[in-house]
Amino acid sequence: MLSRFWEFHGGVRLNRHKELSSEQPLAVAPIPKQLIYPLQQRGGLNSKALVAVGDQVLKGQIIAGDDHPLSVPTHAASSGVVTALEYRPVPHPSGLDGLCLVIDTDGLDRAVRTKSVKDFNHSKPDTLRRRIREAGVVGLGGAAFPTATKMNTGNRTIDLLVLNGAECEPYITCDDCLLRTTPDSVLQGAAILMRILGVERCIIAVEEDMPEAAQALEKAKLGGRPPSPPAPSPRFALPDGEGSKGVADATTYSNIEILKVPSKYPTGGEKQLIQVLTGREVPVRGIPADVGVVCQNVGTAAAVYAAVVEGAPLTSRIVTVTGPGVARPQNVVARIGTPIAELVAYCGGYTERAQRLIMGGPMMGLALPSDELPTIKSTNCILVADSDAVGGEKQALPCIRCGACSEACPVNLIPQQLYWHSRSDQLKKAQAYNLFDCIECGCCDYVCPSHIPLVQYFRAAKGRILDKQREQQKADHARLRFEARQARKEREKREKEEAARRKKEALAKAATDESPGRPPPSP
Amino acid sequence: MKPILSAPFSRDDTGVSAIMRKVLLALTPATVIGLLLFGWPALFLFVVTVGSALLWEALCLLLAGKAVRPTLLDYSALLTGWLVALSLPPWAPWWIGVTGSFIAIVVGKQVYGGLGQNLFNPAMLARVALLVSFPLEMTTWVNPLNAPGWADSWTIAFGGDFAFDSYTGATLLGHLKTEFSQGRGLSAAYASGGYGTLASWFGVTRGSLGETSAIALAGGGLWLLRQKVITWHIPVSLLATVIVLASLFTLIDGERYPGPLFHLGSGALMLVAFFIATDYVTSPSSPLGQLLFGAGCGAIIFLIRTWGAFPEGAGFAVLLMNSLTPVIDHYVRPRIYGRDLKGRPLELEGSQ
Amino acid sequence: MLGILLVCALFALFGLLLGYSAIHFRVEGDPLVEKIDAVLPQTQCGQCGFPGCRPYAEAIAKGEADINRCPPGGEDGVKALAELLGVEAKPLDDAVGGEKPKALAVIDEQKCIGCTLCIQACPVDAILGSAKHMHTVIASECTGCELCVPVCPVDCIAMERVAETLASWKWPQPRSVLP
Repeated sequence: MLSRFWEFHGGVRLNRHKELSSEQPLAVAPIPKQLIYPLQQRGGLNSKALVAVGDQVLKGQIIAGDDHPLSVPTHAASSGVVTALEYRPVPHPSGLDGLCLVIDTDGLDRAVRTKSVKDFNHSKPDTLRRRIREAGVVGLGGAAFPTATKMNTGNRTIDLLVLNGAECEPYITCDDCLLRTTPDSVLQGAAILMRILGVERCIIAVEEDMPEAAQALEKAKLGGRPPSPPAPSPRFALPDGEGSKGVADATTYSNIEILKVPSKYPTGGEKQLIQVLTGREVPVRGIPADVGVVCQNVGTAAAVYAAVVEGAPLTSRIVTVTGPGVARPQNVVARIGTPIAELVAYCGGYTERAQRLIMGGPMMGLALPSDELPTIKSTNCILVADSDAVGGEKQALPCIRCGACSEACPVNLIPQQLYWHSRSDQLKKAQAYNLFDCIECGCCDYVCPSHIPLVQYFRAAKGRILDKQREQQKADHARLRFEARQARKEREKREKEEAARRKKEALAKAATDESPGRPPPSP
Repeated sequence: MKPILSAPFSRDDTGVSAIMRKVLLALTPATVIGLLLFGWPALFLFVVTVGSALLWEALCLLLAGKAVRPTLLDYSALLTGWLVALSLPPWAPWWIGVTGSFIAIVVGKQVYGGLGQNLFNPAMLARVALLVSFPLEMTTWVNPLNAPGWADSWTIAFGGDFAFDSYTGATLLGHLKTEFSQGRGLSAAYASGGYGTLASWFGVTRGSLGETSAIALAGGGLWLLRQKVITWHIPVSLLATVIVLASLFTLIDGERYPGPLFHLGSGALMLVAFFIATDYVTSPSSPLGQLLFGAGCGAIIFLIRTWGAFPEGAGFAVLLMNSLTPVIDHYVRPRIYGRDLKGRPLELEGSQ
Repeated sequence: MLGILLVCALFALFGLLLGYSAIHFRVEGDPLVEKIDAVLPQTQCGQCGFPGCRPYAEAIAKGEADINRCPPGGEDGVKALAELLGVEAKPLDDAVGGEKPKALAVIDEQKCIGCTLCIQACPVDAILGSAKHMHTVIASECTGCELCVPVCPVDCIAMERVAETLASWKWPQPRSVLP
C-alpha cells in the first residue's frame, strides 16, 4: 500500500518507546474508590454542578453541565454518592486547585437507562449531533474540543473526513490499541461522522509503525473480525452476531481508505496530518473545515459510535499507562475521573526509576504535581518518566544561532528570533515574528543544542501578551466609565446651576411682578 | 512542590559541545597536513594561538563575573583559536598568534556579549585586522616540506635572528597578481609559480597554516554536511558562484583569468566555504538567506582576487557579508504555515 | 555651468521627493496626550498627584510631570511611557508609593451603614447602593484605586488581593540560567 504523501516542513524523528505498552493486552481497570470531576473545561469555561453533595448518582447520569455552546455535559462513570464539591488540584500546568465534584463509588455500577439509535442511516445530522453532545463526547486526541461543535461546519463545503490515528508522540499507544482491539467501532463511528457531514470520502490515517492497527482496520473493513478478542469493556464491546444492531454493513466502508503515514513527529497534529494527506494548508486563524476537511481522532469516532448506537455517554476511555517508572506498562480502559494513583497501582505501582509524572506524551504533555489528580476526557497517557525525561532542568547554554530550531519547526517559524524577543520582553517584535502561530509542539526545544527551554519562553510570552491585552481592555473600559461619570457629574452640575438660575430668575421675576401689583402667576 | 516545568520533557542528545567537537574533528586532517608540511614553527604557532585563545576567553569570563568552566568547556573558544591559527602564515612569530586570538576572542566575541552575540566571524576579524596591521608578518609565506630543525624552529616562533629569505616566496594567488601587474599572462605565471594546481589541491604549496590542502578541507566539510552539522546552502552557493564567475571569465580571456579549478584549490576558499561562512552565529538563518549569503561571499572573493589590491579576499568577503546578515535575516523569512510570503493569512479558494 | 545646473536639478528632485513624502507618508497622529492616556492604567486613583489619568497625561505631555509617578502602572508602565516619549526609563518615584499587587475593594456588608460616601468617591461607578441601604462593589468594574477606602466612616472597605485562578494563571518565564 504505497501512497504518495505531501510533506510538512520540519518535524523530528523521535525514539518511540511504544513497545513498552503496545505489546501488552488491553486491560480494564476496576471501579476506583473515588471519581473526581474538575468542573473547569477547556478555554476557561466552567460547567455547573447539577448534583449536590449527598446525592445518589448512577453511572451515565449527567452531573455537571452548562448552557454555553462550547460546554458539554459530564457524566458519572459509576454509581455512588456525591461526597464533595470542593477545590482540589486539577490537571493544569499551574498546579492550582479547581472546583471538583467528588463521587465515592458504591461498586455496584448501577447505570441509568440508555436509549440508542438502531439505524443512524435514517437519523438527521442534527439529531446525531445532539446525541453526540448529550453524550459528552469531546476530541479524545488531547484538545478536548466538543465534537458536536466541530461537526457543525456551517455553510462550508466539506469533502473529506480524516480520522486521526497517527499517534506521533512517543510512548502513547492508546489509539493503536483501540484500532487493534475494536476496529469496528471506529469504522462505524466513521460512518456516523460521514453521515453527519454528508461526505463521500474518509481517510483513516495510522502511522507506518502501526502495521497491526492498519491490518485490523483492513480486516474489519472487509467484514472480518479483529484478530484479538473484543475488549472486555462494555463500552468497547462489539455487537454479537451479524448486523444485530442494524448498523452500517460492510459495503458502507468502501469509501473509507486506510493510509499509513510516515512516523515523523508531529504528523499527528491536525493541520500537519491534513497537509500530509491532502496537501491543503489551513489558513492562519482558520479551521480545517475552511479547506473542506474535518479531522477527528479515532478514539473520538469510537466514542461517537458508542454514543449514537449504544446510547452510552463518554465515561471511559483507553489510557496508556507507561514509562520506565511504571512496573507494568500497558493500555487500560479507565473510567474518566479515576485518580491517577489508582491507575498506576493497577499497573503494578511505581518503580524506583519514577521521577516525574506526565499527563500526555513527553513532547506536549503536562507535568503533574501529584498523583491525586484524576484522569480527564483528554487524558490519553500517563507517563511516569525517569530522570532522563527531566531534560528541561538541564543547564541551558547561550543560543549559538545554529538554526536547528527553524529547521525543525513544522510551522516554519524562526524560533530563535522568537526566543530573543520573548526573553528580552520585546513582545511586539515577538508578535511580528508570529509568536501566536506557534503550536507548542516542542520540536525546536527538542533539537536545541543549547538546551534552551524555548517552548516555555513562548508560553510565557504569549501569557504576558494576553495579560496585557486583558489589562488594556480593562483600562479602556475604566476610561469609558470614568468619562461617563465625569459627563454625568458635569451634566448634574449644569442642571443644578440651571435649576438655581431658573429659581433665581423666577424669584426675581416674582419680585418685579409683585411690585406693579399684578396677581402672582398661576402655576 | 516541584517547580513548574513546560513540555517537552525529552531532548535530543546533541549539545553545543558535541557540535563544536565535530567541527574540530573535521578540521583535523587539514591541520595535520598543514603541520606536517610546515614543520615545528607551525606547531609552535598553533599551540600558542589556541592556548592564548583559551586564556583570553577565561580572562574575559572572569572579568565579566561569569562561570568559567561551562563556557570554556563548550569548545567554542578552542574552535575560534584553532581557526585563527589555521589562517595565519605558518611561520608567523608567536605574538601574531597571541594578538590574533586576542582580536578574535576579546574584540570579536566577548565584547559583543559572548557566544552567539557577535556580528562578525571572530577568526576572520582577527585575520583581516592582522593583515592590515602587520602586512609583513602576515604575508611571509614559506615553502612547504622545507622545515628547519627544532632549534631553528624555536627561533622562528619565539624571536631571534633567522634568515627567512631562502625559505619564502609568494602564494600562488599573490604570484599571479604580481605577474599580471607586470604584464605577463597566465601560462607564463604558472610556469614560474613553482607549484602546480594539482599539488596545491593536496596542500603542497605556499599559504596559510591550515588552508593549503583544499582536498582535506573539502573532505572535512563534506563529513560535516553528512553529520548535519552544517547545511549545504552556504558551501554550495559560495563555491558555485566562484565556479560560475571563474568559468565565465576564463572563457572570455584564458590568459588573463585563471579557471575555476585554480580558484577552488587556492587560498582560503575551501576553509571559508565549509568552516567560516557556515558559522551559525554570523550567517543568516533561513535557507534562502544562506544561499544569498554564500553567493555574496563567493562573488566578493572572486572580485577581490581578480581586481582587488589584495591577492586573497576571503576574510574581507566574509566580514562584508557578516555585516549584511541582519539585513538578510530581516527581509528573507520563510513562508509560515497558513500564511503567504508576506505573512498574511492564506486566502481560501473561491472566497473573497 | 553644467555642474551648477545638475546640482540645481538634484536639489529640485530632492525637494519634490520630500514634498511628496510629506504628503504621502504623513503621520496621522493622535495628539500626544491621547497616546499617553492610552498607556496609563485608568485606575483614576490620583496617586500621581493629579485628579485622574487624563490630567496626569496632560501634565506629562506638557513636561510638567515625570513619567514615574504611576504606581498602578508599575515598572512596566514607566517603561511603556519611556518608550513612547523616547526618554530613559526610571524607577517609580518613592514619593507616590510602590507597586502593589492587584487588589479589589470589598465592602464588609455587615458593617456598611449606607452613607453613599464611597459611591461618590468611586471614579468609575463601581459601587452600587443607595442611601441607608447596604452598598456593594461590582468586582468586574473595580480598578483597585483605593479612593473609597479613606472616605468610609466605619472602615468597612478593605482591599483584597486578586487571587490567581486557573483562568488568570500564566506561564512564568523559565528560570534563566543564562548570562
